[in-house]
Amino acid sequence: MRPEDVKICILRIEGTNCEDESLLAFKRLGANVELVHLKQLTGQDVWDSEKRDLMDYHILMIPGGFSSGDYVRAGAIWAARIKSKLSSPLTEFIKEGRAVLGVCNGFQVLVEMGFLPGIDGVMSQVPQAVLTTNDSSRFECRPTLLKYVNNFNCIFTHKLNQGQVLLVPSAHAEGKLLFPTEKAEKIYKDLEENDQIVFKYVDQNGEYAGYPWNPNGSPRNIAGICNPSGNVMGMMPHPERVFHRFTHPDWTRGFSSPVGDGRIIFESVLESVMKKL
Amino acid sequence: MFIADIRITLKKGVADPEGKNTRKALELLGFTEVSEVKTSKFFSIHLNTADEAAARAQVEKICVALLSNPVINEYSYELRPEKGA
Repeated sequence: MRPEDVKICILRIEGTNCEDESLLAFKRLGANVELVHLKQLTGQDVWDSEKRDLMDYHILMIPGGFSSGDYVRAGAIWAARIKSKLSSPLTEFIKEGRAVLGVCNGFQVLVEMGFLPGIDGVMSQVPQAVLTTNDSSRFECRPTLLKYVNNFNCIFTHKLNQGQVLLVPSAHAEGKLLFPTEKAEKIYKDLEENDQIVFKYVDQNGEYAGYPWNPNGSPRNIAGICNPSGNVMGMMPHPERVFHRFTHPDWTRGFSSPVGDGRIIFESVLESVMKKL
Repeated sequence: MFIADIRITLKKGVADPEGKNTRKALELLGFTEVSEVKTSKFFSIHLNTADEAAARAQVEKICVALLSNPVINEYSYELRPEKGA
């Protein structure tokens, strides 16, 4: 199968603002990627020619931004809107093993919808986690270092080497991943056992460190997780923002890689999907 | 017709960086007696139902479905009849 055979849906609604870079990341790898408004999937207020079926796509990406102004809680309104109309097709989509990527606001949406961490099934009725206000109480916007800690369960990262560190920019005010206090220890254990932790924030020596290396105060430095089957991933930092080497902040200061650090995530998932089809 | 005054608070033990920051700013402004600030969200929701029990059931559902995340939030509310309705 060729990259152009892989159909990708970049979902948008009012307030998303990373959909163009996300679209371009896949497009530059030759995939058949399309920007789709939520209403095109639900069929509301759109022309027949604009209607789209979620099941026609192999990959769904929920990009970053400030969907619906981050009202109520970051991602909550968008999650509610998807839930109201697309709960069953999306559950089916995930059960079939198709790929879903949520970046930043998209991660918040996947958590609010109950698709992540997804320990007790594909989707939980109430959220099992939350991405809440950064410890600094500020919008943290700067490059962050992510250590790849997955054992190749996640289909978005299989091209990475274990322990590899990527520089990927963070830009969020609500990125602290919390689980219910009374169950947290058990959940961390489950996440480890199910190989669901994908990225952790580290310092320049690759060691786990606190603020500012960990921009939000997320316990255990967690920056990104996947579901137990590895086909749904959410991460706070933005891989689509470091696709080219010249979008790496140190590209004029000795950064030697021919490509940006974010590109490998898009390559990995595209390759995984191509192998399966 | 009823109005539900809903308050979404952070559970005990959940960090409240916004509250902490506000306290610090108040201290800088000279309000040295402020020992703690806790933030919460307030929603006033008008319901088109004459039945109080039904209104109460609706509000419970609303709080769980959207307004709160049980991982960090608690909710409380007061139901009052809408004047002139």
